[in-house]
Amino acid sequence: MKINKHIAVSDSGFVFNPVTGESFTANPMGIEIIEMLKQERTIAEIHETLLQKYHTEHTTIEKDVADFFELLKNFSLIDRHETTEN
Amino acid sequence: MKRPKIRIGVTGLNAIDNPGPGVPVIRGLLEASSFDAHIIGLAYESLEPGIYMHDLVAKTYQIPYPSSGADQLMDRLAYIHEKERLDVIIPNFDAELFSFIKLAPKLKAMGIHTFLPTLDQFEERLKVNLPEFGKKYGMHVPKSESIYQVSDHKKHMDELGWPVVVKGKYYDAGIAYNSEQLAGYFNKISAKWGLPIILQEFAHGTEFNVTGLGDGYGNTISAVPMRKQYITDKGKAWGGIAITDEKLLKLTRHFIKETKWRGAFELELMKNKKGEFFLLEINPRIPAWVYLAVGVGQNIPEAYVNLAMGKAVQPFESFESGKMFVRYSWDMIVNLSDFEKISTTGEL
Amino acid sequence: MEKLRYERPLIKRLEGHMPSKFGMRTDYTPKTHIDGVAVAELISQHGSPLFVISERQIRENMRRARKAFETRYPRVQFAWSYKTNYMDAVCSTFHQEGSWAEVVSGFEYQKALNNGVDGSKIIFNGPDKTDSDLDLAIGKNSLIHIDHLDELYTIQELAKKQGVTARVAIRVNMDTGIYPMWDRFGFNYENGQAWTAINKIMQSDAMELVGLHTHIGTFMLSPNAYATAAYKLAELARNVRLKYNHEVSYIDMGGGFASTNTLKGAYLPGSDVSPSINEFAEAITTALINSDFPQNKLPLLILETGRALIDDAAYLLGSVITNKRLSDGRRSTILDVGVNILFTSFWYDHKITPAQPFTQYTEDTVLYGPLCMNIDVVRENINLPLLNKGDQVVIHNVGAYNMTQWMQFITLRPKIVMIDLNHQVHVIRENETLQNLLELERVPDHLKKFDL
Repeated sequence: MKINKHIAVSDSGFVFNPVTGESFTANPMGIEIIEMLKQERTIAEIHETLLQKYHTEHTTIEKDVADFFELLKNFSLIDRHETTEN
Repeated sequence: MKRPKIRIGVTGLNAIDNPGPGVPVIRGLLEASSFDAHIIGLAYESLEPGIYMHDLVAKTYQIPYPSSGADQLMDRLAYIHEKERLDVIIPNFDAELFSFIKLAPKLKAMGIHTFLPTLDQFEERLKVNLPEFGKKYGMHVPKSESIYQVSDHKKHMDELGWPVVVKGKYYDAGIAYNSEQLAGYFNKISAKWGLPIILQEFAHGTEFNVTGLGDGYGNTISAVPMRKQYITDKGKAWGGIAITDEKLLKLTRHFIKETKWRGAFELELMKNKKGEFFLLEINPRIPAWVYLAVGVGQNIPEAYVNLAMGKAVQPFESFESGKMFVRYSWDMIVNLSDFEKISTTGEL
Repeated sequence: MEKLRYERPLIKRLEGHMPSKFGMRTDYTPKTHIDGVAVAELISQHGSPLFVISERQIRENMRRARKAFETRYPRVQFAWSYKTNYMDAVCSTFHQEGSWAEVVSGFEYQKALNNGVDGSKIIFNGPDKTDSDLDLAIGKNSLIHIDHLDELYTIQELAKKQGVTARVAIRVNMDTGIYPMWDRFGFNYENGQAWTAINKIMQSDAMELVGLHTHIGTFMLSPNAYATAAYKLAELARNVRLKYNHEVSYIDMGGGFASTNTLKGAYLPGSDVSPSINEFAEAITTALINSDFPQNKLPLLILETGRALIDDAAYLLGSVITNKRLSDGRRSTILDVGVNILFTSFWYDHKITPAQPFTQYTEDTVLYGPLCMNIDVVRENINLPLLNKGDQVVIHNVGAYNMTQWMQFITLRPKIVMIDLNHQVHVIRENETLQNLLELERVPDHLKKFDL
């Protein structure tokens, strides 16, 4: 799962893709996941980190993160063809 | 003499090809001789150009759409007021006026002044009520009928004649030359703005507009007529000339006197070949071409604010003729960080 | 380390034409308590979904409405519209506040009698009154509002047989500038039907014309239409006075006042545009006072207001079953509340708020009900905080028509509770059970056995 390296993320939740010129906003949880993707963490590591930090269940995280990745793919923020590794 | 500082919230910063009146209103306010205006922009969308005009607007706040209800708008305005201590708000969108009229007493209690038409004035000039309005105040209006079903138009066509103007309750209009076209407009417009649909006699002639200001007691504070010289495909004036037609001025004074109009307005009129004026529409707010009025010596935004603040305002007696306006568009260079800020925090 | 509150991740494209809700103060004040009782507690005690009625709000609404009319007009009587909500506890609250009963069927008539309403304080409306309904109502001296000529003749016959005089009024329909015109009920004013019916009554010994009734429409946003209607009824009353030297003793203006719900397709929310009860009161009472009624003989003014008195006194609590992403990328949320119990979602965009605090982050969502039916849509598009499975929501303004038009479809109907003035919760209608339904069913013997 590779996120486009050029993506700029600010603390305010503003996400900018300089290649396409599109901008987005994300909530703190979304920013946290994008940051982990930028550090090339695996999906399993992302799940684990969130599970340690937040009050919720694994199934919920798994479902919500998968949904979030779908959004990132739709917005061309991660590569469409690279979805099944990790 | 030091001019008092007045902090004014202004909406309608969408200075685009179908422009809102906010930016020209602000230009008038900044040129006011009786006060020193400090402008707070109130925007609905993050790309309204006025947000980025830092030489005109000190700070802009996003506000919720009227469709989210007056309560939410009030909450947001209270928050803005806490930070900016507004003296006056000038709402410039048709769609937001209802909410601001309803909120006016609450705003007043907080120390924010407005100068808006009464709810009755606002409602009786609605398109659906225009025939009644004409009768009540003795003004020529085109014949019109409200219909709820396409087939109902047949009853009225003998009287209205073809072509006929098909209008939505609030916005949108089309000119139909036959029943098929009428049905097309009926369906399109009613899907968007609901029923009824208004069929209005097509008035041939030349279009004129008047902007002005009434003090709420029947006195005319300002009135400037204009003839559009160039009209865009959206029906907006791209150039217009101030004219001194005494008949138009008389009609405007009659309108203000009879309705005791409070606040700013724009009259849309049609002059037929016999030289008679027909009132097509009354917009209960300042029009986007108001800077022409400022330019010919009647600073309507300034007078508006003074009236809102409860000051006595001398009526403008005359204006310079021989002036026109030509609108132009202008590409600003904006830092993305500005866009980021208004988008994520709702403030810039 | 204490774990943090979880919120699902969200990213939205910023579009020029769309206002960003980020960073703005949250639009969603959560509704965590109803009349001091926690929503979570109500659901854990009584299950989800659950209808919750506020006795306090009903009484406040009723008192506000009475004040609106009684300060403007000397003689006012409200009659509770049973069809709007005929839960006995609700009706009884209105009766305690002085309302008579207004019914439109034999079933509702019996319900009113059961609740202890004296027959003379029941107004019987509607096109479907059977001979036995009418016979009973005549015997109990009820106010019968005649809908059509067949009914008029039946009443005449039945009253003669009983040897009594039936107290009747006619329902009048008319053009008040409102579309659609409800000309299917009663007798038309403009074409003279109403006057014809009045003459028939006046010439009969078996009936006394005690009132005139109209009901011009539903969810009315124009108080002026009521003024027009009141003038027209006053005109009829004047004609009766002139021709027969007879005074009608009441004018019944029906109901139809809008509540603060938002009609689908409306630009501004109902809470902004719906006229207040004071505006309706002003229009109606001014018209009556300015009409030809002699000042010392103003008729009793009867109002059958339903919706405007009950809508905001009831809530429907529900829970999130799941969240889904639709094929076009839109977010959808499935609730355990469907159109089967929230019938009014067909014509309102109901206000829906979460029952627990959230951050300011929100997402546009389609809200579906739990039914396996495509029509089961509670809101086509609503901007809501990021709800998780099991989160609870409060649907506002559901008091009118839902508890009478709900249907037993796919699932069983839920419980209704009422919170009293001391914050005590009372069950006023139990959960429907499988047993309740099976009691009504019969399976022929030859169908009872099968092998699969």
